[in-house]
Amino acid sequence: MSGISEIKGRLAPLDQANVDTDQIIPKQFLTGITRKGYGKHLFHDWRYLDTNESVLNPEFSLNKEEYQGANILLTRQNFGCGSSREHAPWSLGDYGFEAIIASSYADIFYSNCINNQILPVKLSEVDIDTMFQLLYDDAQIAVHIDLPNQSVLIGTSKFAFEIEAQHKHNLLKGLDAIGQTLELSDKIEIFEKKRASWL
Amino acid sequence: MGTTLYQKVLEQHVVDEVGDDLVLYIDRHLIHEVTSPQAFAGLDEKNRKVRRPDLTFGTMDHSISTQSLALDACGPQNELQLRTLAANCATHEINLWPVGHKNQGIVHVIGPQLGLILPGTTVVCGDSHTATHGAFGALAFGIGTSQVEHVLATQTLKQGRAKSMLVEVKGKLGLGVTAKDIILAIIGKIGHAGATGHVIEYAGSAISALSMEQRMTICNMSIEAGAKAGMIAPDQTTFDYIQGKEYAPKGAAWDEAVAHWQTLKSDKDATFDTVVTLNAEEIEPQVTWGTNPGQVVGINQPVPTPSDFEDAVTQTSAQKALQYMGIQPGANLNELEVNHVFIGSCTNSRIEDLRAAAQVAKLGEVKSGVTAIVVPGSVSVKEQAEQEGLDKVFKTAGFEWRLPGCSMCLGMNDDVLEAGDRCASTSNRNFEGRQGRGARTHLVSPEMAAAAALHGTFIDVRKLGAN
Repeated sequence: MSGISEIKGRLAPLDQANVDTDQIIPKQFLTGITRKGYGKHLFHDWRYLDTNESVLNPEFSLNKEEYQGANILLTRQNFGCGSSREHAPWSLGDYGFEAIIASSYADIFYSNCINNQILPVKLSEVDIDTMFQLLYDDAQIAVHIDLPNQSVLIGTSKFAFEIEAQHKHNLLKGLDAIGQTLELSDKIEIFEKKRASWL
Repeated sequence: MGTTLYQKVLEQHVVDEVGDDLVLYIDRHLIHEVTSPQAFAGLDEKNRKVRRPDLTFGTMDHSISTQSLALDACGPQNELQLRTLAANCATHEINLWPVGHKNQGIVHVIGPQLGLILPGTTVVCGDSHTATHGAFGALAFGIGTSQVEHVLATQTLKQGRAKSMLVEVKGKLGLGVTAKDIILAIIGKIGHAGATGHVIEYAGSAISALSMEQRMTICNMSIEAGAKAGMIAPDQTTFDYIQGKEYAPKGAAWDEAVAHWQTLKSDKDATFDTVVTLNAEEIEPQVTWGTNPGQVVGINQPVPTPSDFEDAVTQTSAQKALQYMGIQPGANLNELEVNHVFIGSCTNSRIEDLRAAAQVAKLGEVKSGVTAIVVPGSVSVKEQAEQEGLDKVFKTAGFEWRLPGCSMCLGMNDDVLEAGDRCASTSNRNFEGRQGRGARTHLVSPEMAAAAALHGTFIDVRKLGAN
């Protein structure tokens, strides 16, 4: 996997809190055995008026013309709560989202994003409010996320964000996490020898 | 300074430190059909092996029918997923309990009942309700599929340190009030994301008094408050539950294990980042009214009005939830007509849950127009219930008696509701569309679900006199 450093593009709004992974990708699409092809089912219940996905819901923000081609999702607190399904970041990525901006994330979803090279930007609720306002004023407003410098430039407004050093490192380098841990085999073996026999 | 139970178990599993992350050894890895196929495919692509097939245990639960043992009963996609699990387990020599096997059942029901889950161990599974196993004083949490692959290949996982939260429930529960009501009341108090970034330790006299199955119900829903995991310090109740189970330590190993388990508790001077206290006497049977488990009230409380909440985002969430649920602000829960009842899921499908629901079911008949299903958590729970005649109690009252699985908790099989259906459910999530597009889910205890089945509306089970 190659790393990510800068993401340039446009925002799409999902102006609500507590968006759970059942909403991001409902259960009927979890029967696949590959990591691909989930983008068309993203936000299925909200995005389509029918179960066959042939009639778009014109009211749903992602369906609006001005947000077509957006590659960064702007949303609110506790995004990705609920089920651990990694199909959630797979569907967001497959749809075309490279980053998400929200005030907080559920823990498992956050890890799943890091492991799929989707950048979860965390900003304060006040900053998120400002961003929504900027986006509603200009749907085409340009956004530039700079991961090395931990900043988001939206129009002429700049926001700094925090990210754990290890997560940043992994996103920048796009490392094979399993390959890295396999290099610790000696240490794992030593640990295994110390484990109680009844384990 | 003292350390918490969580910190102790964590430190006992550190293989290495990489930056801010700990490389943790994983003692038990549970797998199922939905979140593992891509992990095995990833291994195969890179020619990697499963490091410890002997510590990995698989079952079929999410995608299976509750009316037929045939793998293709819910369509070719589900069948492919189930057959893929079977093939992956065969290739990598992993223990699998497939449909039809005596050990099969919901992954979080069978782990404890087989004695696989032990105090002080680390337990992971590609399923957010892995928190269930914290009831044993294990550090147990749900992971994504990339992490499943990581554990399969290395038997370790990289993790940061979580914060510690103490939830103390003092006093004694009233009659007709259950572990489910405790955990719903806790989530109602701290909120749907109130424990994000934390591992919760549940303590206090009302928690110590609970059986292991009740403790599992509590820990199971830790994730619904956003917690990484939920734990309860092991005690004699824990040891008694484990002793003699198929995979539990035996003989001298048992004594050695118990000696270690007795050290697993938070030190008296341990500090918690957050402390929450509840009084058990104040908890009444809970019913969720909204679309996340934190949107919950006591059965005798009115449904809130959005303006009751302080901030604009929560008000909007409440408004949207009420609209989806088809409920007027300030409504009484006992006016809501229920047309479906689901008793089951990794939260409430164990033998004690079924006994409690059966006690209520005995008092009458399922109301005309209501479809009520009972889905035992495992083959073993089903057999036990049948030996005790619970199946007959349910069937006589008009409940359907089904085969074990996750069933209508998430509806990956054909146990799916229609738009507008209103369901009293003993499961763990009342999200929009969780049980079917447009369907409305209200989370309750097994007793409250059975009572709703008989009355066709929510009713305070304490008024029925079953207890």
